[in-house]
Amino acid sequence: MSDSRVAAVFDSVVLPVLALGGAVLLFGGFVWLGGTSPTETWVLLFKGAFGDSFSWQNTLQRAAPLMLTALCVAIPQRAGLMVIGGEGALVLGGLACAGLPYLFAPPPGLPGTVMVLLAGALGGAAWIALVGVLRQYRGVNETISSLLMGYLAIGLFKHFVEGPMRDPSSLNKPSTLPLEDSIRLGSLPGYDVHWGLVWGVVACVAAGLWLFGSTHGFATRVVGGNARAARLVGLPSHRLIIVACALGGGCAGLAGGIEVAAVHTTANASLIAGLGYTGILVSFVARHNPFAVIPVAILFGGFGSAGSLLQRRLDLPDASVLVLQGFAFVLILASEALRGRMGEWLTRQRMVRAERAAAHETSRVRLTREQAALDAARKEAA
Amino acid sequence: MSDVSIWADVAVAVLGGAVRVGTPFLFVSLGECLTEKSGRINLGLEGVLVLSAMAGFAGSYLTGSAWAGVLLAGVAGALLAALHGVLCSLPRVNDIATGIALMLLGAGLAFYLGKPLIQPQAAQIPSIELGMWSSSQQVQAALRINALFPLGVGLAVLMSWALADTRWGLIVRMAGDSSDAARALGYSVNTVRVLATMAGGFIAGLGGASLSLYYPGSWNEGLSSGQGLIAVALVIFARWRPLACLGAALLFGGAGALGPALQSVGIGWGYHLFNAVPYALTLLILVWTCSPKRSLQGAPMELGVSR
Repeated sequence: MSDSRVAAVFDSVVLPVLALGGAVLLFGGFVWLGGTSPTETWVLLFKGAFGDSFSWQNTLQRAAPLMLTALCVAIPQRAGLMVIGGEGALVLGGLACAGLPYLFAPPPGLPGTVMVLLAGALGGAAWIALVGVLRQYRGVNETISSLLMGYLAIGLFKHFVEGPMRDPSSLNKPSTLPLEDSIRLGSLPGYDVHWGLVWGVVACVAAGLWLFGSTHGFATRVVGGNARAARLVGLPSHRLIIVACALGGGCAGLAGGIEVAAVHTTANASLIAGLGYTGILVSFVARHNPFAVIPVAILFGGFGSAGSLLQRRLDLPDASVLVLQGFAFVLILASEALRGRMGEWLTRQRMVRAERAAAHETSRVRLTREQAALDAARKEAA
Repeated sequence: MSDVSIWADVAVAVLGGAVRVGTPFLFVSLGECLTEKSGRINLGLEGVLVLSAMAGFAGSYLTGSAWAGVLLAGVAGALLAALHGVLCSLPRVNDIATGIALMLLGAGLAFYLGKPLIQPQAAQIPSIELGMWSSSQQVQAALRINALFPLGVGLAVLMSWALADTRWGLIVRMAGDSSDAARALGYSVNTVRVLATMAGGFIAGLGGASLSLYYPGSWNEGLSSGQGLIAVALVIFARWRPLACLGAALLFGGAGALGPALQSVGIGWGYHLFNAVPYALTLLILVWTCSPKRSLQGAPMELGVSR
């Protein structure tokens, strides 16, 4: 392996793994302060996430929306925007998905499912595209506007769910009318994991292929890497950025649609569970690479499913997963400081080696020269 | 009740709410203002607010003194902000991303440590009765003012003076406007920024204490919903002037009090929509004040958000 290859692997694989390992260690220390055994916590963390087929299914179930909300950060990030309003796009996507049957009755079966999911994706896409429009045409910082719009979306969601769209029979927990049985998203045959996982994986792979394998994706990355260079070569940066935002928002909206169509069957407050915020973390750990989002989302889905086990067995608060995520996020960012260091170190090592070799060479040359001079002197003496 | 008196009641409730709801906004925006003047943006003040609200409640509950709680809230805020300052001093670490991380971490720590505090009652910050002259119940309620509010007003005046006319204020502004100049004069830009961020975290922590010890006055997990982020936008709206932060905080407090005020006179329609008014207002203000063609007037030059 060449030096640059080693350095790249170190930066993109070893550093995040070290940071995550550090977060798990730190979390053990944190629960230890509260009198809980860290080893037991670590064992349960693993068991609850990947211990048996039941926890695997739970993990994968939770990973599906995380993949999609992570894309809502990763795709705009590649176009140079740090959009963190995935939560808003998710709840509006869920609302749109549950709301489509209010407008007209979707056809039963698969076409109906696809239609309600597309409605969710469109809702999310329009919401985040607006963030891109505000940023490009009005110069509004996208991080702040997307977060504010997240709170706005939740306000709209609650208004519609508890007001005009409320199912009169939902008494304690205001909800919309449930989706028909035939258009709900079912489980994969033989498993207790719904089809949302497939949608999530397909979206990640498609986003990766688009970003790294197509001209349009390349242009988007150029805009994100250097906006001035993109303008100089005449790329339509406004359009590329807004399309990237819409695609990211569409993924988060799809996540909301899937949660409604597969898990809750109606839009209600259970949808507002912070999946959008965890997606931000997933995208950062995956270094905003759609392919890497898949395993990272599975890992964090695992932490999520282990959280309920920790709560049951060790009586830890349900926020313990949030603490673990917080530690992971801080350490991932801190590890940025070490990025590129491996490459520098390897280069330095190679230079030292080359210098030593050069020094070695010169000393050998000198020896030969001295030897030749000695020989010449001997010959003369003889 | 006639229509006129209903609207008068709403107006009085909104005015009273401007102070009640606006006090946390005031402290967080002053903290953010100080941080941004030094050249960094701290989105993590949202996390600071939640953590310090919990710490303030815990301090008041355990010691029985609300002021001990206020102090603890400030210290907790300063510690979390210090983490932001130190992380951002590392090479290649982005201050906005760090802020997002601290939002998550602050909320996580607060929910984790604050689990046992959800039920109990803690000593509250005393209120100052400015409405004794009036016989009207509503006016008296509206003018019952959080004792932290005058402190915040004093702090805004102090900060305004200190930033403009003192040596320390000049150093902070220099770190925010031209790190080269600060370095040339021998000041460590990172040290100045870490200290400014910590001080900002302490001030924001007082806002957290106001949340859990005055209004709403208890600790629960939904206590802060974006006030820390609104404060970031509010500082932009106030053009980085501490005294303008005071006016902006009152405006936002009034907007935030609109939903509960309408509900109190029996208008329940659109409760959640009225609660979302501060966010919509913030967004509108950003759309109105920002422009893609020029950087924001009055913004510290080193600030990421104004580039």
